[in-house]
Amino acid sequence: MKAALLRYVPLVLLALAWEASARSGLVSTLALPPLSAVVAAWIDLLRDGELISNGAASLWRAGAGLFLAIGIGATLGIFMAWWRPVNVVLSPLVEMFYPMPKSALIPVTVLWLGFGNGSKILLILLGCMLPVTIGAFNGARSSEQALVWSARSMGANRLRMLWDVVVPSAMPELLNGIRTALALSFILLVSSELIAAREGLGYLIGFLGASGTYDAMFAVVLTVALLGFFADRSYLLVMRRILRWRE
Amino acid sequence: MAQAQITIEGVSHRYRPPVGRPVLALEDVSLEVGIREFVALLGPSGCGKSTLLYLIGGFLPTESGRILIEGKPVAAPGPDRGIVFQHFALFPWKTVRGNVLYGLERMKLPREEREKRAQSFIDLVGLTGFEDSYPAQLSGGMRQRTALARTLAFDPKILLMDEPFGALDAQTRGLMQAELLSIWQRSRKTVLFVTHDVQEAVYLAERVAVMSARPGRIKAIVDTRFEKNDTNIFKAKAFVDKVDEIWNLVRIEAIKAQGGRA
Repeated sequence: MKAALLRYVPLVLLALAWEASARSGLVSTLALPPLSAVVAAWIDLLRDGELISNGAASLWRAGAGLFLAIGIGATLGIFMAWWRPVNVVLSPLVEMFYPMPKSALIPVTVLWLGFGNGSKILLILLGCMLPVTIGAFNGARSSEQALVWSARSMGANRLRMLWDVVVPSAMPELLNGIRTALALSFILLVSSELIAAREGLGYLIGFLGASGTYDAMFAVVLTVALLGFFADRSYLLVMRRILRWRE
Repeated sequence: MAQAQITIEGVSHRYRPPVGRPVLALEDVSLEVGIREFVALLGPSGCGKSTLLYLIGGFLPTESGRILIEGKPVAAPGPDRGIVFQHFALFPWKTVRGNVLYGLERMKLPREEREKRAQSFIDLVGLTGFEDSYPAQLSGGMRQRTALARTLAFDPKILLMDEPFGALDAQTRGLMQAELLSIWQRSRKTVLFVTHDVQEAVYLAERVAVMSARPGRIKAIVDTRFEKNDTNIFKAKAFVDKVDEIWNLVRIEAIKAQGGRA
């Protein structure tokens, strides 16, 4: 517990340095409002409901996009690993699409689905699917022959074997792929909301920045950072729980 | 022999590596294993003895020759043939109990019956108290006991064992051999046991099929039936003589296998 607290000492020092440099006039308060002002702005945003309503919109988009990306991505990856024709058709597409910066698709999804939830969910689905697919594919391909044979000899048919052996064998790499997807979903969410949205945390950052209320803008930026951090930490906990058999 | 449980007739098999030319792994192998008989397949590494076991298991397709189980050709893996692998092949994400239950779940037995049966086989192999452990938390010997319990639990008529004690330390191996022999004497399953250990083959099996270096052929079949429950068996004359006899058959093949690789 003590060690865990000590880990965050640098963070506290950074916060203090931030406050001090802003107050002492070392940097302009326009460029960097003091942390205390940011916290006050954060409380205001929370009180008037801006943070909650925009946060809820953002979380819904990220959640739905990620959920679809995991479902479709994992299924594709596992079938690519276990059914050759699927692999032949899909792997060139995956290879071409994977390195592409998905933020380039922001205008495309807006053109197709407009400024609302649809375009964000589609963007996150497209951007987050491939790390999941590749994780599932590599994981499924690494399933041990002897395990597959064991399940078959104990009366499992092919589909049953896929579910009982290939899916759990793929789990460690699949879960790592999902972790990457989780981080990507935040990036895509905020950037797409900054560019083309009428609500959401990214939209709020852009709006507050454009209207010159920098302390509130910083408050939302910090909120996004903390949300990302807690999402990743809680995901790690879940992942450890699922993979507890590995120790 | 009244009726053969396993009939192998003129089986040849080519192994196709991902790169390079196909290798003839088995050449014209014929063998009959009787009901409730314990036969060991003995040969140097790379002689195709495991391949033969996988063909019988239905994991690989038989390309030339025939393999019959009670007169019917092998088409696919099935619960009439249980297999135990050298590296245990336990589901690492399942506990000891979960692993032993797996085959029983496929049999659609009522839940209570399944639990009871799993427990009795966990007890049989001496793993009482480890039901909720994951394989990663067990020693090699305990993992192989779990694998044995898992296979015995769904009651296959035939046990295919692929160097099952090869990954264990000498002491554990000795214990497991004695245990397997006693389980076999009580349950009387047909066992086909792949090994490269002459003593192990002579101790466990009723007949030992000695295989040649690649391409694997059956070079000789040696009867190894004698009193096995003697505590001093490893010093008994009958045992030592059989080991000697088989060693002489195997030695030349082992040298060939080494030379082929150098």
